[in-house]
Amino acid sequence: MGTTLSNKVWDRHVVRSAPGEPDLVYVDLHLVHEVTSPQAFDGLRLAGRRVRRPDLTLATMDHNVATNDIAPEPISAIQIDTMGRNAKEFGLVCFPTGHPDQGIVHVIAPQLGLTEPGMTIVCGDSHTATHGAFGSIAWGIGTSEVEHVLATQTIWQTRPGTMAVTVDGDLPRGVWAKDVILGIISRIGVSGGVGAIIEYRGSTIRALSMEGRMTVCNMSIEAGARAGMIAPDDTTFAYVEQRKHAPKGAEWQRALDDWRSLATDPDAKFDREIRIDARDLRPYVSWGTNPAQTVTIDDRVPDPAALGEGAEAAARALTYMDLKAGTPIRDIPVDAVFLGSCTNSRIEDLRVASDVVRGKHVRKGVRAMVVPGSMLVKLEAEREGLDRVFAEAGFEWRSAGCSMCLGMNPDVLSPGERCASTSNRNFEGRQGPGGRTHLVSPAVAAATAIAGHFAIPEDL
Amino acid sequence: MRQTTRITGRAMPVDRANVDTDQIIPAHWLKNVGRTGYGAGLFEAWRKDPSFVINDPRYKGATILVAGPNFGSGSSREHAVWALDEYGFRAVISSKLADIFKGNSLKMGLVPVELPAEVVTKLLRAVEKDPSLEITIDVERATVEAPAIGVRETLRLDEFTRTRLREGLDDIALTLRYSDDIARFEAKRPGWLPRVS
Ligand code: SF4
Repeated sequence: MGTTLSNKVWDRHVVRSAPGEPDLVYVDLHLVHEVTSPQAFDGLRLAGRRVRRPDLTLATMDHNVATNDIAPEPISAIQIDTMGRNAKEFGLVCFPTGHPDQGIVHVIAPQLGLTEPGMTIVCGDSHTATHGAFGSIAWGIGTSEVEHVLATQTIWQTRPGTMAVTVDGDLPRGVWAKDVILGIISRIGVSGGVGAIIEYRGSTIRALSMEGRMTVCNMSIEAGARAGMIAPDDTTFAYVEQRKHAPKGAEWQRALDDWRSLATDPDAKFDREIRIDARDLRPYVSWGTNPAQTVTIDDRVPDPAALGEGAEAAARALTYMDLKAGTPIRDIPVDAVFLGSCTNSRIEDLRVASDVVRGKHVRKGVRAMVVPGSMLVKLEAEREGLDRVFAEAGFEWRSAGCSMCLGMNPDVLSPGERCASTSNRNFEGRQGPGGRTHLVSPAVAAATAIAGHFAIPEDL
Repeated sequence: MRQTTRITGRAMPVDRANVDTDQIIPAHWLKNVGRTGYGAGLFEAWRKDPSFVINDPRYKGATILVAGPNFGSGSSREHAVWALDEYGFRAVISSKLADIFKGNSLKMGLVPVELPAEVVTKLLRAVEKDPSLEITIDVERATVEAPAIGVRETLRLDEFTRTRLREGLDDIALTLRYSDDIARFEAKRPGWLPRVS
């Protein structure tokens, strides 16, 4: 019997394997940021340990940074400084705020060519799955594991299960990668992928750009999966080639030959398989407090009583979200629109959104902002004049960072504020205590900012 | 990690599904750079509701948390485990614990206990009715017991994990025993793999 892509990549990285034990797995790239690393560096210092492979470790600052000119509050400034000092002490490359390569970890590594096919990549952040878009196994780890990887460049992990999600067919007009993953999660649920690496397959996935594939893999954790991945192909190779850290010359040829073998064998079996017809997908809007509580833009807020098992959770979610069952999604007004996060802050996302808002204006009373995922994205967008399109439409144009994705830096929702957000989590208080988050694609976010209520571009 | 062979104690019921890490400890607590000081942030938003179980004096001193399915989902923040631990919990019982959360628990010595959904429901109902009900989690014998209600289950943790819990082994020290294997592996890595510096 053949082997799945995830098992092929896993097998290549096993340093030690013994029955009844997790595998000891080698890590090709370790991404570090200011929030989940200070205690790990403290641990190293206490034990007198060094970083084993500074050349395979990249640090940046993203979660806790201010994305405008406001100085960070003192407690955040300490954390940001701590990252800088730790990077210096342990000899790590670190991109602080203001550096041209700074940005959200999951946006910068692919842009620099550090994310390539067939690798293992970890980071103290659950959305590390993003890098699976290149055919790598990438997953989030806790702070103790960050310390372990810094010290040993390895990690103990049980081999994940396998799961295939196949999406076939042409996407309907106005349906984007974000809608593909929201559609998947609304079908399989927030624990539909627990224990497994999801491999996204099928003609719809093949037709996605690298940016779109990253959006899909990014939210694998929202389906409870350990990671998500997509087999590399010509789209992948074209994206990686010529990037700063990509292999060059003869090494490039050798790498390419190897990467072409990274696919699930035709006779391989997955533990679990799901099939989705792309024609059934629509633009989605989440209505609840977990990403599976999602319906299409044409639907209404569901009646908890009709949801069976999830009824109680749904009722609690509607109370938190201050929504009435039966309300058409399009009739829900918003107070804020956030275009950003490691899910949807890449150049393609900004192009799509800017096309929607060009020559129009954000609805009065709506606070709207665009936060590019990296300084490179910001620069590129400015070269294309997108910053002016957004600014003229009434959006704030910011510098790179996680911003309003997580309610930890100065960008937060006020209690009760309702936000259309291109991020990945709509948990209670995720964007600030009492804030209400609706997950949408960049196209829907942009149209919603103009309309003042949930909308798709065609509605305008 | 803390050495844990056996936990006997009362339990606190949080009968909600998908309790995510943003509920366990909201992001603004993550601005701190230390490993302590997170107990007060545990369930910060829900705590403001006087009827939330953490405010019920009958559950004060509980050392075991019993929760609905998919507990600990969401972010990788180990702060969630630090907050639970600092509050006084030594084990979390659910029918499904999120993967990263489970891994993080073990680093601290917070015992992650997954039991069949019917058993968790039975425990939840029993603890809601009788806050003094005692549960024993025996890492050595791999059992979870609540004799008063006739519950006797297997603790589903592999031998390796149980040994680490029992001995309170530091993962890094353990791994460094395999330094030669790691070095051998490194020597064979393909030359095209990217380097940061
Ligand atoms: S953008 Fe949001 S989800 Fe992504 S790394 Fe930052 S905080 Fe996490």
